[in-house]
Amino acid sequence: MADFNFELVSPERLLLSERVTEVVIPAAEGEMTVMANHAPTMTTIKPGVVTVKATDGKVTRYVVFGGFADILPTGCTLLAESAVPVGELSRAAIEKRIEIARAELENASADEHKTGIEQFIASMTALNGIVVAA
Amino acid sequence: MPSLKDLKNRIASVKATQKITKAMKMVAAAKLRRAQEAAEAARPYSQRMSAVLSNIAQAVGADDSAPRLMTGTGRDQTHLLVVCTAERGLCGGFNSQIARFARDHVRKLLVEGKTVKIVCVGKKGFDILRREFASLIIDRVDLREVKKIGFENADQIGKKIIGLFEKGEFDVCTLFYSEFKSVISQVPTALQLVPAAVSTDAADAGAAAIYEYEPDAGEILSDLIPRNISVQVFRALLENVAGEMGAKMSAMDNATRNAGEMINKLTLSYNRQRQAQITKELIEIISGAEAL
Repeated sequence: MADFNFELVSPERLLLSERVTEVVIPAAEGEMTVMANHAPTMTTIKPGVVTVKATDGKVTRYVVFGGFADILPTGCTLLAESAVPVGELSRAAIEKRIEIARAELENASADEHKTGIEQFIASMTALNGIVVAA
Repeated sequence: MPSLKDLKNRIASVKATQKITKAMKMVAAAKLRRAQEAAEAARPYSQRMSAVLSNIAQAVGADDSAPRLMTGTGRDQTHLLVVCTAERGLCGGFNSQIARFARDHVRKLLVEGKTVKIVCVGKKGFDILRREFASLIIDRVDLREVKKIGFENADQIGKKIIGLFEKGEFDVCTLFYSEFKSVISQVPTALQLVPAAVSTDAADAGAAAIYEYEPDAGEILSDLIPRNISVQVFRALLENVAGEMGAKMSAMDNATRNAGEMINKLTLSYNRQRQAQITKELIEIISGAEAL
């Protein structure tokens, strides 16, 4: 099976850079699976789970909190605001983020900004369910 | 002429100072290494970011859908200066260099009749700029409690800047920080944040494939620009930490060397005086014996 280079980058460091066959990313308009020779696409991502399938068939899952992905036929780069392996994330951490977002919502004035935060909270809440179930 | 005891005390105190400066130098060296690593690790992200940004900026072009953070308000009456300095002193001219650079900039803007607002990041810059422009400083960010600068710190500052922009508090935003060239050289730098200075060189977007955008280019751009501001602030903060540690290291190295020189000088005059005293005592004994 054809493989391609996948990079997961957070502002603080390069988290992952390896050959993979398949990556599922939570794109802004629904989940999408990226495989080798994908058409060049750029998309924003919402908080969710990124599933990476390496060439040896090993599957790793990361939780990302927003960002965007740059997909080329030869590779895929995911720039995440912050990313954590699923196993290391606790429910408390998510709840803390939701709380911060809520506080922000109260201070927000612009409507657009408000919807943005509300969406964030919604997907975070969904995430809360997924991660703990997993 | 100080007495022998005075000299002895002074040598002891200079030695104690030397020990402290030596320890500080070593601490700074260790921190510098860590800061450099952090700056290194953050590089791929900001590189990718600017590549993607120039790519999209080209796609969107200068039409009206481009977000205001990128095109600016069309005026340049009110300037916001974000001045990033260190939280601590004892690092040579590091802080005053940045502050002086920012101060010159402020003066120039004031002469041109612009309105200037200042946000200080770091205590030292605030202390210096407060003397002259106390009324212009609208906010300050304190990072003293922060042990290791994380993206959240930068994101907070970025959000603050964007919030001010949305309220129409300024037209142009410039970030002042010190670029880390090497351990001995840090160059104060001004970087324009708003309107975003996106390089639209065809050269560095040469590999620009025809992208599909999801949701669409404009929307991605308006999501990216604020993020880019935070990333730039983050990069500036990291460079600053590395620069501060570099400056501190060389300052402390100098201090240690000066202390060494001082000890040598003091030891010399201590020995000379002791010898003089011995000679004097001998003369007293001999002349006493001769008188008998």
